[in-house]
Amino acid sequence: MAESYLIRGASLADGTTSDILLDGGIIAEVGTGLSAAGARVVDADGLIALPGLVDLHTHLREPGYEQSETILTGTRAAAAGGFTAVFAMANTAPVADTAGVVEQELALGDAAGYATVQPIGAVTVGLQGERLAELGAMARSRANVRVFSDDGFCVSDALLMRRALEYVKAFDGVIAQHAQDPRLTQGAQMNEGALSGELGLAGWPAVAEEAIIARDVLLAEHVGSRLHICHVSTAGSVDVIRWAKARGIQVTAEVTPHHLLLTEDLISGYDARFKVNPPLRRREDVEAVRAALADGTIDIVATDHAPHPSESKECEWDAAANGMVGLESALSVVHASVVENGLLDWTDVSRVLSQTPARIGRIRGHGEAIAVGAAPEIVLYDPSASRSWGTADLAGRSVNSPYLGRTLPGRVVATFHHGYATVLDGAVLETAEIAAAAREARA
Amino acid sequence: MRHLLSTRDLSRDEAIELLDIAEDMADVQLREVKKLPTLRGRTVVNLFFEDSTRTKVSFEAAAKRLSADVISFSAKGSSVSKGESLKDTAQTLAAIGADAVVIRHGSSGAPLVLAQSGWIDAGVLNAGDGTHEHPTQALLDAFTLRRRIHGSASRGRGLDGVRVTIVGDILHSRVARSNVWLLSTLGAEVNLVAPPTLLPVDLANWPVSVGYDLDDAIDAQPDAVMMLRIQLERMHAAFFPNSREYSRAWGLDDERFARLRADSIVMHPGPMNRGLEISSRAADSPQSSVLEQVANGVSVRMAALYLLLSGEKGE
Repeated sequence: MAESYLIRGASLADGTTSDILLDGGIIAEVGTGLSAAGARVVDADGLIALPGLVDLHTHLREPGYEQSETILTGTRAAAAGGFTAVFAMANTAPVADTAGVVEQELALGDAAGYATVQPIGAVTVGLQGERLAELGAMARSRANVRVFSDDGFCVSDALLMRRALEYVKAFDGVIAQHAQDPRLTQGAQMNEGALSGELGLAGWPAVAEEAIIARDVLLAEHVGSRLHICHVSTAGSVDVIRWAKARGIQVTAEVTPHHLLLTEDLISGYDARFKVNPPLRRREDVEAVRAALADGTIDIVATDHAPHPSESKECEWDAAANGMVGLESALSVVHASVVENGLLDWTDVSRVLSQTPARIGRIRGHGEAIAVGAAPEIVLYDPSASRSWGTADLAGRSVNSPYLGRTLPGRVVATFHHGYATVLDGAVLETAEIAAAAREARA
Repeated sequence: MRHLLSTRDLSRDEAIELLDIAEDMADVQLREVKKLPTLRGRTVVNLFFEDSTRTKVSFEAAAKRLSADVISFSAKGSSVSKGESLKDTAQTLAAIGADAVVIRHGSSGAPLVLAQSGWIDAGVLNAGDGTHEHPTQALLDAFTLRRRIHGSASRGRGLDGVRVTIVGDILHSRVARSNVWLLSTLGAEVNLVAPPTLLPVDLANWPVSVGYDLDDAIDAQPDAVMMLRIQLERMHAAFFPNSREYSRAWGLDDERFARLRADSIVMHPGPMNRGLEISSRAADSPQSSVLEQVANGVSVRMAALYLLLSGEKGE
């Protein structure tokens, strides 16, 4: 008999206070003064309850790069950050471009039990940008793939992009584009501007992102398909997407927590923890993506959690890998960048970090408002906490966080997935315990 | 001075102190016995991840004339070219007991990363990093200019009001960057001339004026013209159409050279592409300071090593 939980006195996103009973694989009751009979009580006084977070953009590195992360360690990081579902990017080895690989990822995620692992399929074979991967086979596999992306690489061939957009309409799929013109960014190391010229680092012009987005929204319009733009980082991209949405084009967009908070001047010391693709941009760009998230031009926040071993970051800038871990810190960074200044309230946060990403990714059992009958996926967050971010706050295998040593607000106190706790009292629960709970929940 | 990583963070006083010490070092070079005992027992490692015969020889001469033990470590053919990391190399040098590391690296910022890493306690001297900085080159250029203009009265002086035009591939030039910061710190007015493709897109924060027309710059009668080496592979990446067109528009040819004032100084960091960015007549003229620059390089690098190794550690 699976354990049931009574969350006592949580603040819901709308500001009301309520008890929440998780029992029998659903949210069984919501209300005040609920009976605790038979349930384990979690005191949520002063905590905000949000639907379990959904990350549309995670790199779990397995199969192939297990020295950086595994599906188990990556979903532990997810749970620590309040996520109950993660979309796993396709740049593994082998690449997730066949039904076999995506089904393996799905199974490993289910066995680990920390969060739902929803594989993303590659658009092209081996991410090579040459011919379409077996998109239909992945869609019809047990992994039920609906999001396809060559993330890390741009589908830069216009004809191939058009075909991919058209083809996935057959199963309500979406192409998630990593917008980066490869020719304009050859050897690029950081945002191109005054600072890149000074530091002598090859520039990564904003137009390399914006031009691809402009092309792709027009392609999506022409073929009537769904397009999703990964990690929007520039003010110009925001303008293009705003224009496309006004025109009725089916485009959605994401921004990463780090592009909401960090700016390029952090690169002055050539500390490779700040090396990321797309690069950190100017203050004006940060302001623009924040405003776009607030007005709905950018639909969601997605982490682009990109673990790397320390040797990939402890080196000269050019030689360092792109990417930052971000699952554990995402909610705190969103809190710091757009909640504290009033741009978003907690209802908006649950929209951009749970409901909308689940809808874009067509994943069931996630992103549902906290109500009777909904899936028991919940995160409890303490907005009054504050902590100096350190490696102890990280739960994955890699520690390439750009926030180490920085004070961030808030703390994930508990995460519930499939009705069982993956995090309690701010601590990620033991691997064996979670695997057992997951088996029980599936039974 | 703990490290010498860039001219960007040198104050005017620090720069003048270094140039004045270089004057002392230059005086020593006039003696029959050129060697000073100053750095006896100290170990200087030349760590060159990029080929550079000139700079390496110059640093070697500087260290040896100060009686330091010199170990030269070239990436080519060593474990570095087989994928050994900067960290491992640095830790190896620390274990050997290096007191100063002179580093040339193809990646911008590598000397700063080394200096801040904690992998090695030695002073770090940047001998050119990627397209970022080459501080001793700028210091020897400033030293050369100061001597040409102020002669034996150079000590204690800056380059106030001196007008210097730098011509060529500014975008990829660490020499240009280091000179822009140092010369302006010393009071000079710096003008950059290049094809627009070879300038950084945003120069708003640079203390310079910028032009595309070398003839206009020549007609403005600068006190010095510094020609940068143009790398021919740039034309394959569409920075300019071909070498003939580059030379016609941005080369210091005989005709442009003839229009300069008779006391205008012609500089080049070397190695030169004769007939491309500079004509032989200009390069070999009495106005040219090319060989002085090489000689002064040793004095300036002696001064830098002296300041690095005689200063207090851990400031």
